[in-house]
Amino acid sequence: MNAVALARRQSSKPQPRVRQASVHDEGRSRPCAVAVLGQQRFVRTLSSAVASLAVRGRFALVTAGWQEREDEDQELTDYLGGNTVNLRLHHRADEVFQADKELADAHRKKQEILRYKQDFYRIRLEHELAANHVIRLRSAPKEVLEQEELASVVAVQKLDEYHLQQCAKVHAEFEKALSPGQRPDVRRHMDELSALLSDSKAIAVAGGHVATLLNRMRLFDLAGLLDTQAVFAWSGGAMAISERVVLFHDNTPEGAVAAEILDFGLGILKGTVVLPQPEQRLHLDDKERVSVMARRFAPARVLAFPTSSHLTLRGETIHSAENVSSLELDGCCRSFTEETS
Amino acid sequence: MNASIEGFIAATPTHDELDAWMKGRSFPLVEGTAATFVWRGEAEGVKLRHFIYGLETAQPLLRVAGTDFWWLTIEVPPRSRIEYKLEVIRAHGNEWVQDPLNPHRARDPFGANSVLQGEGYQMPEWVLPDPKARRGVLEPFSLHSAAFGARRGGHIYLPARYRPSRQYPLLVMHDGADYLKYSGMKSVFDNLLERLEVPDIIVAMVDSPDRLVEYGNDERHARYLTEELVPHLASRYPLLDQPRARGLMGASFGGVASFSTAIRYPGFWGRLLLQSGSFAFTDIGRRNHRGPVFDRVVEFINAFRNDPKPVSERVFVSCGVYESLIYENRSLVPILESTGMQVRFVEARDGHNWENWRDRSREGLSWLFRGPQMMVYE
Repeated sequence: MNAVALARRQSSKPQPRVRQASVHDEGRSRPCAVAVLGQQRFVRTLSSAVASLAVRGRFALVTAGWQEREDEDQELTDYLGGNTVNLRLHHRADEVFQADKELADAHRKKQEILRYKQDFYRIRLEHELAANHVIRLRSAPKEVLEQEELASVVAVQKLDEYHLQQCAKVHAEFEKALSPGQRPDVRRHMDELSALLSDSKAIAVAGGHVATLLNRMRLFDLAGLLDTQAVFAWSGGAMAISERVVLFHDNTPEGAVAAEILDFGLGILKGTVVLPQPEQRLHLDDKERVSVMARRFAPARVLAFPTSSHLTLRGETIHSAENVSSLELDGCCRSFTEETS
Repeated sequence: MNASIEGFIAATPTHDELDAWMKGRSFPLVEGTAATFVWRGEAEGVKLRHFIYGLETAQPLLRVAGTDFWWLTIEVPPRSRIEYKLEVIRAHGNEWVQDPLNPHRARDPFGANSVLQGEGYQMPEWVLPDPKARRGVLEPFSLHSAAFGARRGGHIYLPARYRPSRQYPLLVMHDGADYLKYSGMKSVFDNLLERLEVPDIIVAMVDSPDRLVEYGNDERHARYLTEELVPHLASRYPLLDQPRARGLMGASFGGVASFSTAIRYPGFWGRLLLQSGSFAFTDIGRRNHRGPVFDRVVEFINAFRNDPKPVSERVFVSCGVYESLIYENRSLVPILESTGMQVRFVEARDGHNWENWRDRSREGLSWLFRGPQMMVYE
């Protein structure tokens, strides 16, 4: 059995459930449709995705990833025909933290702990990935090499899982100690958000700073407030609605750095790792990196979303896919279509 | 050797032929790994004066008989950057001059040198002012130092998007005025912050009236930075109070000042950027060949080598392979690594100069202070 086959077998084993990803399933409504889009800055594909899913009505905008520029949504609003409302999650979170110092302090401490955890996870991850690279370069009997190389990928998977568990633990402790959803300032905003969402047919989640975006959506339990609205998301927004947020960049000042899991996402988009802006951020011709990435996150599909790409789903079923690339176990990149899915 | 000039010279060209040959060519003439220096004029001799450790510091140019054409071809490895002057020898005396045929200059506190850019070397685009990059602000600062019994100061760099409600890491940069003037660090910070490669950061660019004393393992300097400057800045700016959010940076003796300060306050400074540090040491005896100004440096580096301890979290070390300090820096790296600190070492085909330190700053800063580049997906 070769390494790819071994990886497939390994991938087919049940993976530990992603805690927060499952939250969306438990007694919660499902969006009628989900669309994941490439970067919208220069080439906009949002309107064609809206048309293909036949969504009509008001859009609720989430631009919290733009941080202080959250309100600069005029272009997006115009593009969507003017019928929008910005949920202003960044602004609301600032208001909450101003009013509720106890929550603000606890939130800051939580973020600090998460940063430490991320740092230690990264230290270990870099060593594990370096080990995989060294093993790949070694000469040894084929079967031994394949077994050891697979073992090194499994070690990375275990480390990823450990990190996710640590994140879940930190979030759970925060939830237990602070019950943010029960606090008056948060509750008031959640009620307002609920009302705004009830009049919206869809939600559009823009990119930006993915950690900020995720924190804001999590603070107000946006996933829990959604009913059956269609969800359109791109770039950091698409990462945030997936189950696991994977940070990556192959073109940093120090070159290609280890792709790392940041945290759970909202779990609206299932079974998919979202990699936006591959043109700027990924060396898709590097078979080793592509293969390790694909195998590490299997059985999830690992998809790159260049500008002008889109993937739309109705329920769990893929409705359409265009210009999306799938990172494959063998290190190749292939076009991902509704047929190949 | 450069075949084209060799063949051309062998044919004993005339003055006019030399003029014609030079037209359309830029000098030094770089062809692969061969670099040809040319000087035109009357002289008794012309020498290349460079600052490459390992080569003869003065190399004579040859004169084409019957002409004012002087030339020398040397081998220059790819991506090299070499600062040099020409020494023109005349009856009334010798003069070191910048190469009149070469427009590339690098300034330093002693004036300016000509710069040979070897094949493949390109000045990084991120060192030049970028009109799209928002500009940070430089504010002068000054405070009385009890450690020195005198005032000390410099400049504070605040990022363009500075907001008092946020918290920022702090980097203390030695020889701040020189880094600003000769390495263009204001533009470097503006650009790296704009590109999200380095987080919004506050930089204290400090200066010393007597750097060879105060930077050379001086307890007063360490106390000034750690017990006086940091509290002073923390009372004025929202600084993150964590080792990983506090860094020291310096070149040459500034590297010594950074490292010796971190050693005196272990665990306080979590990030060190040491560029071409003057880390002189001895394996036997106490006096290094570099002279008495290094005595206290030798003392402290010998002590560290004898009993290395982790004093910081991350240490970025860079050095030019054309400077004599490459030996000391290469020697230090495995010792740093043995302590468990995270260490990154980068060598460059360059010398002991401000543009080398500029060119290495992006990699060092972004590794020590990770920017939000990995977090932002627009």
